[in-house]
Amino acid sequence: MATDLQSILDSIHPHRKELHSIRELLLANAMMIGEIPAPTGEEADRITFLANRYTEDGLQNISIDEAGNGMAVLPGKRGENNILVCAHADTVFSPNVDHAMSVTADKIFGPGIGDNSLGLAAIVTLPEILKRLKISFDDNLILLGCSRSLGRGDLGGIRFFLENNKLPIRAGISVEGIQLGRLSYSAIGMLRGEISVHMPSAYDWAKFGATGSVATLTKVVQRIMEIPIPMQPPTQIIFGSINGGTSFGTRPSSAKLRFEIRSEKAGMVAELKEKIIDIVEETANTSNAEIKFSSVAERQTGGLDYGHPMVKAMRKILETLEVKPRIEPSVGELSQLIDRGVPSVTLGLTRGENKNELDESIDIPPIFGGIAQMIALLESIDGGLCDEQ
Amino acid sequence: MSSKIDQWLETNTFHHGEFWDILKLVQEKEKKGLKISLCIPTLNEEKTIGKEIVILKSELMERYPLIDEFAVIDSGSEDKTLEVAASFGADTYLAADILPEVGDKRGKGENLWKAIYQLDGDIIIYVDADIKNIHPRFVTGIVAPLINNDTIKYCKAFYDRPMAYSSGIRSSGGGRVTEILIRPLFSLFFPELTSLIQPLSGEFAVRREVLERIPFPIGYGVETAHILDVYREWGLEAFGQCDLDQRIHRNQSTNALGKMSFGILQTFINRLKSYGMVDKLPEMATIYRQFQAEGNRYEQLTREIVEYERPPMVTIPAYREKYGIKE
Repeated sequence: MATDLQSILDSIHPHRKELHSIRELLLANAMMIGEIPAPTGEEADRITFLANRYTEDGLQNISIDEAGNGMAVLPGKRGENNILVCAHADTVFSPNVDHAMSVTADKIFGPGIGDNSLGLAAIVTLPEILKRLKISFDDNLILLGCSRSLGRGDLGGIRFFLENNKLPIRAGISVEGIQLGRLSYSAIGMLRGEISVHMPSAYDWAKFGATGSVATLTKVVQRIMEIPIPMQPPTQIIFGSINGGTSFGTRPSSAKLRFEIRSEKAGMVAELKEKIIDIVEETANTSNAEIKFSSVAERQTGGLDYGHPMVKAMRKILETLEVKPRIEPSVGELSQLIDRGVPSVTLGLTRGENKNELDESIDIPPIFGGIAQMIALLESIDGGLCDEQ
Repeated sequence: MSSKIDQWLETNTFHHGEFWDILKLVQEKEKKGLKISLCIPTLNEEKTIGKEIVILKSELMERYPLIDEFAVIDSGSEDKTLEVAASFGADTYLAADILPEVGDKRGKGENLWKAIYQLDGDIIIYVDADIKNIHPRFVTGIVAPLINNDTIKYCKAFYDRPMAYSSGIRSSGGGRVTEILIRPLFSLFFPELTSLIQPLSGEFAVRREVLERIPFPIGYGVETAHILDVYREWGLEAFGQCDLDQRIHRNQSTNALGKMSFGILQTFINRLKSYGMVDKLPEMATIYRQFQAEGNRYEQLTREIVEYERPPMVTIPAYREKYGIKE
């Protein structure tokens, strides 16, 4: 167990070099995971792959829970504390997409390879990595592949795990394939919502200006855009998709808007939500259309301070790797950990391009630094260097 | 006939899922003292070779020591095939550098033949380099029958063969040359061999004692020649085949399949002649003719395709010396 940060920092470069010996195992895991389709809610095959790997590595407490999360425990020497290392298992791609990966000398291409096949591979390869680096911890490591993370999944996997888990968790690390340098230690306030407009069958289409649900929904969008949004702390309303209608000349009877509110200011998401609900109700009353607001997912703002020992340790680790930190709040698993008071950060492992596109890619060489930073942070947590005094 | 085929299908046809326990295969291999070599023949395969090496090497050499030796044997790629292969730690060879005293011929069969000299395994596994969905089953599925069953000498892969397109994959309904050329020929002259579901598959595992005793066409006819020669010498019982589920690979043009069929036919007819099954056939032409239209003009495309054959490796002096063969 390392008890001072400097000795951990000094070991980062030797570890990075030594990690090249694990390259084929890690990349093979990433590609084999990436070729198993796992749209949100259908991660079972991918989680089974994880569980099989856990079994091969002789881990303990291997289980797939009711929410579809895949968990295992790598026992520590003392085992009094537990550190959670998690990665989301789902992707944005349907099973019909060609999931074949391809690799060149320095890149891997394939849908979801950076988000988040590499993150999962890092977790599943971690026992072998630690064995090769001859590192053992006092704390247990809980390795968790999370289900139902993205979109409508609304972090259902990690939420279920944290609600039902009996093991005390000292700290958490959420691992993402990309981007190296990412350092998230706060959760951004967020709301994913849908506004649906439906014209009842008895609607009076003869009324002047009654052109259908798309026009009504557009009025709602215009009104939302008129809401004053603060520049600082950063706040955004993203209109993600609009669907409605069937042809050129048929009045659409229904239409739907999907949007997301994000804000780093505490309470701002709730404030904007109220304003949008007011707009929806007012438009419904004036247009006689049925307009419904529904919230699909919500997150609270919160997180560690910039000066928290875990954040400070991570900044030092990235500095040692000569990687510029990309400080960004998270709406992922981290937000649930923070919500429950578990000091946690989200890390990225390597550089990548075209995230969530069919030609998504990751760079191979930076991965070793990415894994080395994860090891260094685990050593820091295990050594008590990330505990608040 | 049909009951023999039915029985063979029952006992010698497998599914890769039967061999999921790789550790068990490794233990059986070690118990029998077998050494296993894996060869990937290549020519301009930079897009797929890296992935094949990463996955097969990590799963079947590092995680489970099933494969003792892993080599890429290249015909002279002009792309980065060898560079990519070497970057992931494969042993790479130019076919031309192996047995230089017998000269250099161009063709996949040449690489397969020279692998017998270069690689030391009691069993050699050949896997094509253009598989997009490579998986350890492409090796375990075809080598397991040889590890587990001493009477099987030659195990072929078969699979669904969907074609990859820009927007995804779609089913092709099987190997086209197999269905319109090989299966009709086998049905006419060697009905038992029709039980091989994908006789042209590029993935097969063979015992050295067989490989060193059969000639190798260096071109399109190599798989067909193998099947005919192994069948003639050791019978249907020597074959096994394994269902590998799905293999995604590049789509070939109909013109390319025509050339392939021409070469295979040469090999097939030569075999009929050498087995004494036909006589008085006229000498075969070696020019393959195809046509393409440009407006009202029709252009003839000709290509010479000669199915040169390498003799059984056991007849090569350097091989006899390397492996201590006296008789």
